Amino acid sequence: MKKIATVLVLIGFVITLAIVFLKPTEIIQSNVNLLKQKYNKEKQKSVDHAKLPPLQKNFSNPQEVTATCIACHTERHKEVMASNHWNWEREEYIEGRGIVYIGKKNAINNFCIGVEGNEQSCAKCHVGFGMTDQLKAYTNENNIDCLVCHDQTETYVKASEKGGAPDPNINLTKIAQNVGTPTRSNCGVCHFFGGGGNNVKHGDLEKSMFEPTKEIDVHMAVDGINMSCVACHTSENHMMLGRVYSLSSMNRNRSTCEQCHGEQPHESGILNEHTIKVACQTCHIPIYAKVNATKTDWNWSTAGDLRDGQPYHIEDEDGNHTYLSIKGSFTWGKNLQPEYIWFNGTADHYMLGDIVEDTTKPLKVNNLKGSYDDNESKITPVKIHRARQPFDPVNKMLIQPKLFSDKYGEGALWKDFDWKRASEIGMKDVNLPFSGEISFINTEMTWPINHMVSTKDKSVDCIECHTRKESRLAGLNDFYMPGRDYSEFIETFGKAIIFLTLIGVLSHLTVRIYSSKKLKKGAK
Amino acid sequence: MKKQVYIYRSFERFWHWTQSILIFFLVATGFEIHGSFRFFGYENAVNYHNIAAYTFIVLIIFAIFWHFSTGEWKQYLPTLKNIRAQINFYLIGIFRNAPHPTKKSVLSKLNPLQKLVYLGLKVMVIPVMVISGLLYMFYRYPQKESIQSLNIDSLELIAYVHTLGAFILIAFIIAHLYLITTGETITSNIKAMITGYEELESHEENISSKSSEENETGKEV
Repeated sequence: MKKIATVLVLIGFVITLAIVFLKPTEIIQSNVNLLKQKYNKEKQKSVDHAKLPPLQKNFSNPQEVTATCIACHTERHKEVMASNHWNWEREEYIEGRGIVYIGKKNAINNFCIGVEGNEQSCAKCHVGFGMTDQLKAYTNENNIDCLVCHDQTETYVKASEKGGAPDPNINLTKIAQNVGTPTRSNCGVCHFFGGGGNNVKHGDLEKSMFEPTKEIDVHMAVDGINMSCVACHTSENHMMLGRVYSLSSMNRNRSTCEQCHGEQPHESGILNEHTIKVACQTCHIPIYAKVNATKTDWNWSTAGDLRDGQPYHIEDEDGNHTYLSIKGSFTWGKNLQPEYIWFNGTADHYMLGDIVEDTTKPLKVNNLKGSYDDNESKITPVKIHRARQPFDPVNKMLIQPKLFSDKYGEGALWKDFDWKRASEIGMKDVNLPFSGEISFINTEMTWPINHMVSTKDKSVDCIECHTRKESRLAGLNDFYMPGRDYSEFIETFGKAIIFLTLIGVLSHLTVRIYSSKKLKKGAK
Repeated sequence: MKKQVYIYRSFERFWHWTQSILIFFLVATGFEIHGSFRFFGYENAVNYHNIAAYTFIVLIIFAIFWHFSTGEWKQYLPTLKNIRAQINFYLIGIFRNAPHPTKKSVLSKLNPLQKLVYLGLKVMVIPVMVISGLLYMFYRYPQKESIQSLNIDSLELIAYVHTLGAFILIAFIIAHLYLITTGETITSNIKAMITGYEELESHEENISSKSSEENETGKEV
């Protein structure tokens, strides 16, 4: 009877084990495969603009094209003029400031600092023409640049420093007859070159993304699913999803991985649990600037050095400027590992005229908010661009200098190389005081990394974060992470009791051996 | 006169050895998760640790059932009787070939120090490890379409308790492995735990085996 009971207990044990481990796994149609099917479908054109009568003429200027567009698309211009691509500021709520109107108009960055006084030049990447120094292009609907986004011929080019007007040599008729949904080249021509050169600003958006391989970006790969920018950055009435936190402040209208992949895309429950606190990008973008370097450091304080009275530049072996007389010294980086921050989708910004009291630590030009304790925050990969930029130590403000002019003697830094005069004119343009003194302070600008998603076999391995040495998350210390963190006290205490037990056991053993030998001798 | 006595029954031995394998495995995978060394790979270590943990919990449930259904739990009732003699034996007597102060029998397999330590493991260390381990696993857990979480802000305390328990278990294992060799002969304890049989004084064995049979019959009725 005893044996039967034992056998029954054993059988029960085996059955329980079997139940625990052999529970049926649900077969789910892979979400990723459904998505691949969806985005592989080619869109059929419903209208061929080349056949439309109003477009069968020679356009003499771009405003004429826009007027023709509006003649049919009668309400679209209103949408564009309400969009972020058109406006140089927008309404945002920022904690501590309340409701503010913030945009390129009044925010400062730590690259070319700001647009004020440089509008003619900056307008090359504005969806409008006829930009004047006072941003007058706002009101005239015919100044909307439809073609820069909708051209399908890849021949539309905007001229430099012409207030946003296109190159006069392009064929406006041909382009107007070939319009459609924006392609990667439409977006990339501005967004890949932010900061005045390829990959200067973002680090994860650059010209290799025109035709990336799977290695570079699994979504946009020409050897893969070949998605366009607007596949994710969807739009309704010309309002695009997607925010860039150099200017945005609120957690809204973001283009997210989850909009396609859902909240829990992994098979493993443990990986899905990570999604509470870890952004998808953190694991799936192990490195950025995979092909071409991005600017990581900009020191304005060395600007102005001349050779024989002339500005000059120095390049590294990849052709990136490491010094420019007009801009100072740069550091570039390629195949960079992101830095990591807690980010909840909200940010504060340095706005023109803000007073900086503490200059001992770097000023955060944009301050992305978040912490472990905040339920909205996730660990997010970022590029941090560091700079030394001009500062008025008396008025305690960042300086907006006048940089650009096509003529000498107007006080533009890039022509006359006079910091004091450029600062004086620049600050006057934005109606802010300038003491006449210039110093340089360290600033940081944070750019969330969202693109250049790697294939899943390249995603960040557990051990790259869960490790004591050189953890990717070594800088985020407001929480306990297994594998990285431990209590110094418990570690010491634990090792001590193990050590003492060993010592106790070994000394007991030694005495035992010694005394047993003695006893044997005695017996003999 | 000495006689071979069936002292550890088959489930008891199965339980003991499975438990020992699981604890070694849990220590290895656990300290890899803790960041002490690398062996299985972090993801594997986590998965293996969880599987071993579930297996251990199942084993514990069966062991509890076994302890109560056989009445074996009484073996672990602590007693002060003979405790001083037992301490003296380990500190002095053992070096002089003195006899064991506690006579082993089927009804009383454990000396008073063993009773104390094993009871401590059963009601303190193991439950603390199981509970902190379950909290570790389930302070966040996926359920259907979302991730649920217990109202625990930080893993820190849970992890500290779990780690401390692991250190204590290792210290126990070291002492335990050594004390195995302090039986009648160096190997008599381990042989008993493998085969179930140990050579015990026949006088007591007669009585105890008799009474144990009575016990069994009593239960069957």
